This record gives sequence, structure tokens and C-alpha cells, in this order.
Amino acid sequence: MEKIEVIMEGKGLSVGYRGKQGRVVHTQLDFRLYKGELTCLLGANGVGKSTLLRTLSVSQPLLDGRLELLGKPVGDYSVSQRSRLVGVVLTDKTQAGGLTVYELVALGRQPHTGFFGRLDRHDREMIDYALDAVGISGKAASYVGQLSDGERQKAMIAKVLVQECPLILLDEPTAFLDVVSRIEIMALLHRLAVEEGKAILMSTHDVEQALVLSDRLWLLTGSHGLECGVTEDVILAGRMDDLFGSRSHVCFDLTHGVFSPEVKGKGRVYLHASDEVLRHWTQNALNRQGYFCMKLTDPDEYPQLEVRSSRQLIFRTRNSISECVSFEELFKILDK
Amino acid sequence: MKRYKGYGYGIGLAVCVLLLMAANLAFGSVDIPVRDVWSIFRGEEAEKAGWAYIVWESRFPQCVTALLCGAALSASGLMLQTVFNNPLADSSVLGISSGASLGVALVVMAGGGGVVAGTFSLTGFFSIVLGALAGAVAVLSLVLVLSSLIRDSVMLLIAGIMIGYAVSSVISLVSFFSTSEDVHSFVVWGMGSFGGVSSEQLPAFSGCVVLGLLMAVLLVKPLNALLLGPRYAENLGVNVRRVRSLLLLSTGILTAVTTAFCGPVAFIGLAVPHMARLLLGTSNHDFLMPVTMLCGSALALLCNLLCVLPGETGIIPLNAVTPVLGAPVIIYVIVNRRKLQYFN
Repeated sequence: MEKIEVIMEGKGLSVGYRGKQGRVVHTQLDFRLYKGELTCLLGANGVGKSTLLRTLSVSQPLLDGRLELLGKPVGDYSVSQRSRLVGVVLTDKTQAGGLTVYELVALGRQPHTGFFGRLDRHDREMIDYALDAVGISGKAASYVGQLSDGERQKAMIAKVLVQECPLILLDEPTAFLDVVSRIEIMALLHRLAVEEGKAILMSTHDVEQALVLSDRLWLLTGSHGLECGVTEDVILAGRMDDLFGSRSHVCFDLTHGVFSPEVKGKGRVYLHASDEVLRHWTQNALNRQGYFCMKLTDPDEYPQLEVRSSRQLIFRTRNSISECVSFEELFKILDK
Repeated sequence: MKRYKGYGYGIGLAVCVLLLMAANLAFGSVDIPVRDVWSIFRGEEAEKAGWAYIVWESRFPQCVTALLCGAALSASGLMLQTVFNNPLADSSVLGISSGASLGVALVVMAGGGGVVAGTFSLTGFFSIVLGALAGAVAVLSLVLVLSSLIRDSVMLLIAGIMIGYAVSSVISLVSFFSTSEDVHSFVVWGMGSFGGVSSEQLPAFSGCVVLGLLMAVLLVKPLNALLLGPRYAENLGVNVRRVRSLLLLSTGILTAVTTAFCGPVAFIGLAVPHMARLLLGTSNHDFLMPVTMLCGSALALLCNLLCVLPGETGIIPLNAVTPVLGAPVIIYVIVNRRKLQYFN
């Protein structure tokens, strides 16, 4: 197996703001970003994800600790050297609507072009390649202002690709996108990490997709600081419940890999379902109605629901049996 | 945008500019037959001896001044719009020309410098330009500080207008303590005219403007990066602080020199970059910058031509003409901003 290459490493890093109203957001952060891996940074709003990303992209000075890029402290690189090593996709509003997609992506070549920014043949090949890699070659001549949000994000990713940086940082690239675009962008980033051998770190609120496509997770919380690890290690160690800290009326569902509201129960029901899909959705319905679902042990203690199919739901209590053909009917019976 | 389209418009506009320059030389408030203007230019004797003086000492410097001022004002407008990420920024809206005016007012009224009096000395020239530059750069720095505090672009424009008012009130105060002759010449200067540069001043004036324009052209690459905002630009290897200072210095020089000699000319800086964008259909400064300069020159020459329309009866003030051409463009742009790609 080939050696895993560390692109960026932080040791005892403190991030935050300097100055009079300066504020240390996090201290003692330790982490590594590896070549060929997509890492997702998860955390509640306002916990400091953007601050951390800004510090990693060196647009904000670090307060303490060491931050190394390819084995050298980031401060040792000049602005122009860094522009060829770390590429960013931000949430900033741009004025680029009047540029064509091609011109926008071409801006990513600026660290490699000369004084006037003229593109040579290699530059043009890189741009064509990147447009193709993110799948918007057909839009090359369109104005950026005409693109959908998802296409615009892909164009920005193409811009960062032509920058030819080993490390790419993205600040919530899937915010404001519909679910198809979100999945497309994440899958694209994962593919680029693997195929292009990039180290990619993105912050996101899209936990569901992150758990599917991210090689590593970084959980940033006020209480535990930064916790890093391979996605499944983090999940199975039960770390996901820490993510939102004290707001504990939200809990992580280990089986389904999603956060859901805590069930406030007004009753318990034994649930018996003929398959997993039925079991999942019946439980979903009962939880929403305020019932906990129990595995069958003592049939006399609680009411029993047997789900044979979506059209045959049998509800038994100690002194009655009712058969329903839909959840709508079932809810009416439960209300009694 | 296709490159040939950019070159096409560039060549077309250059031809326009040349034709307008010829028209500016041929027509003026004094009626001189075109044939005589031509012979004067070839160094021959004209029918009346005074005509040669008019062509060489009045029309020629005025024509070159309009050419350079138009380019200078439009280029500075374009740079400000990109730097402040604000399509409605320009030196008059942000109060920068007011700052330059205050500098000029202080120099004129304190030292009695020869801007409007017509007496020329190189030290006088530079004291006026330096006064204007100091005023312009002071206001620019203030606006720059404000822009880091005020994120909303419309609010920044309003803050700029407020600075303009505040500076104007200082100018009023200065003129209150001045002689009525100084005030009169200051008011005349404030109406704007491309005739304020004498043939002796022309080389120094041209030198300053060309320097500012050259800086603008050399900053095209970082200007393009700044379209993405300062943080993206920094990530693309642009030293944002240095580039901003250079851009503001260039804008300061261009605004200061033109304001010092032609008065605070409104609307050219605001409207011309939009005309160029609409014409080219791009925000890419590679083409936008030269086309904006050419458009600005053409518009300024056209305005100057319109000023002398009344013939012998007198000259219309420049600032009575530029808003008539500029304001409709801005209103069109604002009304159609949802359709214009460069707003999205």
C-alpha cells in the first residue's frame, strides 16, 4: 500500500480574532489533511467553521500553534506560492455575472500566468479539462449570471481545479442547493479527491451526504474542540451526539445516519413488521405521533401493532382488535 | 466574449474618436471655414491671422484635454466600481471630486494660483495638482475605511454622498473668506470646461493623465481577480492591499488632475463604464478597460462639441451637457439591472 501523504498538518493550533475585541474561538486543535481524501467539517452554526477555514487558507493569521503545508510552516510561503498550493471556494458574493464561465474559470490560472494574464496553450488545455471534469463544458460560453446556483458552484470548483493546488478548501459549497445538486457536488468532490489526488476539506451542514461520501469527518464543537477520524470510526464511537452539544433534544440515529428530534412519548407500542422498510416507516409514523416502539416481549403489557403490508395494519389492545388499510385510519384509532 | 468583437469595437471607437477630434478642431464658437483649419494645421497662412491663434491656442488644447479627461474619468469610474464592488460608484458619487475641489479651492484662494487666471508657472501647476491630489486621496482613504465598516453597497454610496456634502460645505466656508473675484472664478471653474488647460500646461497635464491611465492598464489582471471579491483575489495570489493602494493612487491622480483643470465633471465616470459593458457584453477588464477609455474620450469630445453649439453667443457649461447624456444611461441600467448579467 502506498504511503499516505499528509498535505496539511495543524499542531496545537489556536484560531480566532486579534485586536481589541479579539476573541479566541478555539485552542489546541490538532489535525491532518491527507492526499486523495475528502474531509467534511461538521459543526453547529457559529461554532467557528468559517474561522477555521479562513485560518487554514491563511487569509486570517493563526493565534498560536503550528500550521504546516507540505511539511513547511505556512508563513514560509509567499502569497503567490500559496496561491499555487491552497485553493478556496467561498460563500462570498462575487461581481462575476458579466464574465463567461470560461473567463471565470480562466481566473483560476492567474497564479500561473504572467503579468498581463495571457493564457497559453497549456492554460487553455487545463481550463477545457476542468470544465469537462466538473461537467459544465456545455456552458463555457454562457454568462456566470445565467447559471443556476449548482452550476455556479461547479464553475467555482473548476476555477479552483485549474489553480492546480494540492489542497482545496470549500466553505459550505452545498448551501442553498437543491438535493440533486448537493449530491452531485459532493460526489464530484469525492471523485476529484480520489482521481486528482487532492486533499479536499469542505464545511457543510449536510450531515446525511457527508456520512455517505466523506472519507474523514471533522467535528467542531464548543465543548470538545475538533475531533477528527475516518467517518465510520467517528460514528460508531458515538461522537455524533456531541455535535450539537447541549441542544440535546436533537439526537443522532445510529441506524439511519441522520439527526432527528427526540421522541417525546405519550405511550408505548409493540411493533412487529414483516420487513425493514415497513418497520422503518411505521416507526417513523409512531414516533411522530408520540409513541415509542418496543420489541415484542410481554404481549399483555402494551398495545401491539402488526404491520403485514402498507394496506394491512392490525392494532391489538387487551380487549379489542382493529384492522386498518392505511396510516390515516391507524392514526384515528390511536387517537381514541 | 469573443476576442474579435473586442478588437472590432476598439477599432470602431478609435475611428469615432478621430472623427470627433477633427470635428472639435473644425467647429468652435468662432466660425472658421474647415479649409482654413486644415491649412493652419499644415502650417500655412490662414485668411485671418487670429484664426491660427484660435486653432493652436484654444481648439487644439481643448480637444486633447477632452480626449484625455474623458478617458481619465471613465477609467477611474471603472476602477472604483470594481474595487468597491459597486456598479454605481464613481469619483463624483463617492465625494472624491469634492475632495479634489477642496484641495483646489484651498490652493487657489490661499495662494492665488493661476488655474483660472491663465497665468502659468510649473510650480503653480504642481501646487494645484498636488492640492487636488491630496484632497482626492484623503477622501478616497476615508471611503476605503468606511467600506470596511459598511458592507451594504447602497449605504456606502450614501455615505460617499454625505462626505461630498460635508466637503462642499467646507468649500463654501473657504469661499466665504475669499475675495469676490476668487469666488467668481471658482464658480466658473465649478461649471466644468475642457478649455481650462492652456497650451503651455498641456504637456504637464497630458503627462499626469497618461501616467494614471498607464497604471490603470497595467492593473488589468488584478482588477479581473477583484471581480471575485478581495478574498478570492488574495487566494489567486493578488497582494490585495498593494493593488488597492495602486488603484486608488491611479484613481486619485486621474480625478485630481482632471478636476483641477476642468472642474468637477459629473456623470462621465459613472455612465461610461456601463456603456462599455453594455456594448461589449463583458466585465473582463482586458477589453473593458481600453474600450471604457475610448468610449469616455468619444463622449467627452461629443460633449465639448455640444458646448460650442450656440456659436458666437457663448459656451454652454460642460456640467449642463454631461448629465443629459449620462443620467439616462444610469437610469436604463438601474431599471434593467435584473436582466443585465453583470449585476448577477
